[in-house]
Amino acid sequence: MPVYVIRRSLQALVVLFAMSLLVFAGVYAVGNPVDILINPQAEPLERERAIAALGLDKPLWEQYATFLRGAVAGDLGRSFVHSAPALQLILERMPATLELASAAMLIAVALGIPLGLWAGLRPDSVSGRAIMAGSILGFSLPTFWVGLMLIMVFSVMLGVLPSNGRGPTVEVLGVPVSFLTVEGWRHLVMPATNLALFKLALLIRLTRAGTREALLQDYVKFARAKGLSNARVILVHVLRNILIPIVTVIGLEFGSVIAFAIVTESVFAWPGMGKLLIDSINLLDRPVIVAYLLVIVALFIAINLVVDLLYSVLDPRVRLQEARG
Amino acid sequence: MSAPGPLLEVAGLRTHFFTRSGVVKAVDDVSFALARGEVLGLVGESGSGKSITGYSIMGLVDPPGRIVAGSIRLSGRELVGLGHEEMRRLRGNRMAMVFQDPMMTLNPVMRIDRQMTETIRAHERVSAAAARARARAALVAVGIPSPDERLASYPHQFSGGMRQRVAIAIALLNRPDVVIADEPTTALDVTIQGQILHEMQKLTRDAGAALIWITHDLSVVAGLADRIAVMYAGRIVEHGRCADVLSQPAHPYTRGLLDSVPSRNPRGARLRQIPGMTPSLAALPEGCAFRERCPRAGPACAQAPAMQESGGRGVRCHDPLAAVAATAGP
Repeated sequence: MPVYVIRRSLQALVVLFAMSLLVFAGVYAVGNPVDILINPQAEPLERERAIAALGLDKPLWEQYATFLRGAVAGDLGRSFVHSAPALQLILERMPATLELASAAMLIAVALGIPLGLWAGLRPDSVSGRAIMAGSILGFSLPTFWVGLMLIMVFSVMLGVLPSNGRGPTVEVLGVPVSFLTVEGWRHLVMPATNLALFKLALLIRLTRAGTREALLQDYVKFARAKGLSNARVILVHVLRNILIPIVTVIGLEFGSVIAFAIVTESVFAWPGMGKLLIDSINLLDRPVIVAYLLVIVALFIAINLVVDLLYSVLDPRVRLQEARG
Repeated sequence: MSAPGPLLEVAGLRTHFFTRSGVVKAVDDVSFALARGEVLGLVGESGSGKSITGYSIMGLVDPPGRIVAGSIRLSGRELVGLGHEEMRRLRGNRMAMVFQDPMMTLNPVMRIDRQMTETIRAHERVSAAAARARARAALVAVGIPSPDERLASYPHQFSGGMRQRVAIAIALLNRPDVVIADEPTTALDVTIQGQILHEMQKLTRDAGAALIWITHDLSVVAGLADRIAVMYAGRIVEHGRCADVLSQPAHPYTRGLLDSVPSRNPRGARLRQIPGMTPSLAALPEGCAFRERCPRAGPACAQAPAMQESGGRGVRCHDPLAAVAATAGP
């Protein structure tokens, strides 16, 4: 196991390096931040000095070398706009996004697996069909529109939930979280639901498909032939088998929920990383964009590793292969 | 347990599947009886309804399939129409089933001990330790070496033959009265087939259980079964004592099956086979289902023949090969 983790970490470094190259070149191609950051009325000399201060007078490869030297030491550059370390800006916003993403995933898992199981067990019943119809809606309605509708209904018409922002936070182990206060919950529930909708639909479909497939397997019939109760056959024999693909998808989707909470964060003015990214792109704040993408890549790698490790817990066949490898 | 009459009595059983393309009469008027400790070989080609007969007895027919008529009595107790919970209590307890493909019957993500003990604890209130001890004893009984180590293993760590032994051990855990073996040796190596066959025969005999051995292979049941029932297109076309049926088949289909056993043909000769294919059960022709493949078919066969019983033998044919001693043969 430790060998496996070390090998995976080395691979992760290679991926991060390749990613940094791509992102750096890509962001360079997007536009020149000088046009936005420096007052157009500024004296040419002042302009020169500002450009030099940002390090933008050097050729791309030299800029990249400087960045890389810093990155190895854990410094991903300073924001042009906020004149603060880019990494620090991102980490400040990260708890808000993580909280939103976790709440969304929790909703998706807590509802998606039972609903999917139900629909898989009774594919022809009215309830089963209704669940599937609902999941199609969850798939096809655009997130921003659902977000606006939620605001419209619950904030404007009913006036029961706040339309934007994050509630008061409480520090837990130095991390500010809002889900421990009632007001925090009231702020969290709508954006989390909005973000969860797509993943919920996905999990319902995945669970349903897995259930239907598993029910046809001989081991299910054999389990019934042993005289086990229906509840045990489904909750132990079926669920343990379909959990393997579900965990993979949950892991990967968690990464994408974090990375692409941007739309929901924008609609609900949630002070997370996604909002920071949008603002940074608008201002061509290169260091923040690069740092954000690298952080997301690192997150994805970490989540994938966790999924792989979980896999070996869930599926005994994987464990054996690992021991050989 | 000294119930009068046979241990298991199936009468007029009809299990139909209501599919979009019509009603599939998978089991259509099947009757047989089984005494305690008796071995019945249920023989037929793929799709003849022999497995569905087994599932019907176990109450494991899934929708769109349904038992539409008939009666199944276990020690005199009617099973058709029994509630889910009562049926569950019988399954794996009074009657058990072993499936064809051992690679598929054990749950791949659960340890063997759990799959065994849950079978015991589904029917009896016993401690985890007691259940485990019984599971261990069952593994020893089916000839699995180092049972303690094996209990903690997962199915993928076993070979096919070993897995089938585990499945047999599970089936026999609660000492059932009836064991239904659905081609349990078909998916195994020939050398293992013989062993499993032998073990199964011995174990059920020791346990005093009746055995229904479902197979398409007459040579398998030859040395195993007390009686044979030959199924074709959802019906039993011939039944009788094993030796009688094998030495003097009365139904042309049974004759055809026997002729296509390789060892009965002279060396070098072309293997005999039954012409044609098993008919689609959704669109069975009127009359005898075998008549289109039958060398002896005549005009009378346009009407379905009834089962003619005499002296413990039965045949469903208008023109049986009968008990004529000097039947044509190689």
